[in-house]
Amino acid sequence: MKKIGYYPGCTLKTKAKIFEKTALYTAEKLGYEFIELPNWNCCGAVFSLSSDDLIHHLAPIRNLVRVQDMKEGAFLSEETLVTLCSMCFNTLKRANIRYKNSAEDRSKIKNIMDTESAYQGNVSVLHFLELFKSIEPGSVKLKRKLKGLKVFVYYGCTLLRPKEASLDDAEAPVILERYVETFGAEALSTPFSRLCCGSYQTVNAREKVVELAYKILTSAIESGADAVITACPLCFFNLKDIQNEICAAYPDFKGIPVAYFTELSAYALGMDPGEWDEEPGFIKTALAQTGEKKIKR
Amino acid sequence: MSKKIILDKESAEFTKKIIELSGEIVTLCEQCGTCSGGCPMCDKAETSPSLMMRMAALGQKEILGSDIIWYCASCYTCTVRCPRGIDISKVAEALRQIILRDSVNRIDLSKLTPAELEKLPQIALVAALRKMTG
Repeated sequence: MKKIGYYPGCTLKTKAKIFEKTALYTAEKLGYEFIELPNWNCCGAVFSLSSDDLIHHLAPIRNLVRVQDMKEGAFLSEETLVTLCSMCFNTLKRANIRYKNSAEDRSKIKNIMDTESAYQGNVSVLHFLELFKSIEPGSVKLKRKLKGLKVFVYYGCTLLRPKEASLDDAEAPVILERYVETFGAEALSTPFSRLCCGSYQTVNAREKVVELAYKILTSAIESGADAVITACPLCFFNLKDIQNEICAAYPDFKGIPVAYFTELSAYALGMDPGEWDEEPGFIKTALAQTGEKKIKR
Repeated sequence: MSKKIILDKESAEFTKKIIELSGEIVTLCEQCGTCSGGCPMCDKAETSPSLMMRMAALGQKEILGSDIIWYCASCYTCTVRCPRGIDISKVAEALRQIILRDSVNRIDLSKLTPAELEKLPQIALVAALRKMTG
């Protein structure tokens, strides 16, 4: 089994435990052992955009140093770090790019970080989806059927933009669609699959987020989707956890199940349904589509 | 309605400050409006991203009082679409930083109830604090 460095980030250990659980299950079934970085720290959630603000790049770089140390200690098969949360992915990948591209920034950052080993800049930051982008639909042995389940893929922002940090074409991505098809469901997308949900504005401008989430979810419903999948715990909150607020603001809104993309694959690969605290909405639809009455164990 | 635009030393210095902080040459903007067309927050704000760019290029400090710089959630749609290759999200960040570096915070988490704080994912709180406090 290929050993790969894994960065969970704060939300996967608290609000998005099911994201981590289903991802680790999927990875193991597909031949990867994820080794969690020892003593990982917060990545900062957002990439610092000011030209003179180097201090905020230290947190992501520190995590990359740990990957380098693990590779040197032969704990990993390669110098690669995999993330699941799309905000962590963006922040870690862009800090890595900035470090690699600017000799001046590199030297300043090295000078401040005197307790860690010097970062050589050789770690590749990958998103979980990138590990499986070359898998052909039909090549994975599936335990449960998702045939007929229509899934609206929601990319959000930080998996795709800006271009240098994108895991696919920034304007016409297919990586999530391919993932959904690999696990036996039908993928749907519209331009709203790439529209911002309002992100952290949910903290202090909730009404703006409610409006954006309403537009995105309505587009999903109108496209004929049974469920929406996402890769970001913050999008998940904005699209799922505040659906009651969307209903209150827009009485025509009917609601739609939202899940992490890894819930779909873990279900198709046979994860015990008891592992979910609450059965995701897509499972009921999946069973109805295939004419089965209960979940196969 | 006409508006008098004064270009003086002060406005030139303000533009220079934005260029330094953002690393983007704001004066390259040719006002095509692509950023405003794709911006998910444009219809909710009083100022559009293209007006923000124009005011930044002319060094008009009133832009610091606009709502668009706070509604911008750095989704980078404008960034990937700008035909002049300007990273507009960095310009919005520079404008936010000019305010935040004077220790003027935009949000106050103590106004949220413990129940609301409990419900929010950590990345929402960390990101909001990073973007809206100095």
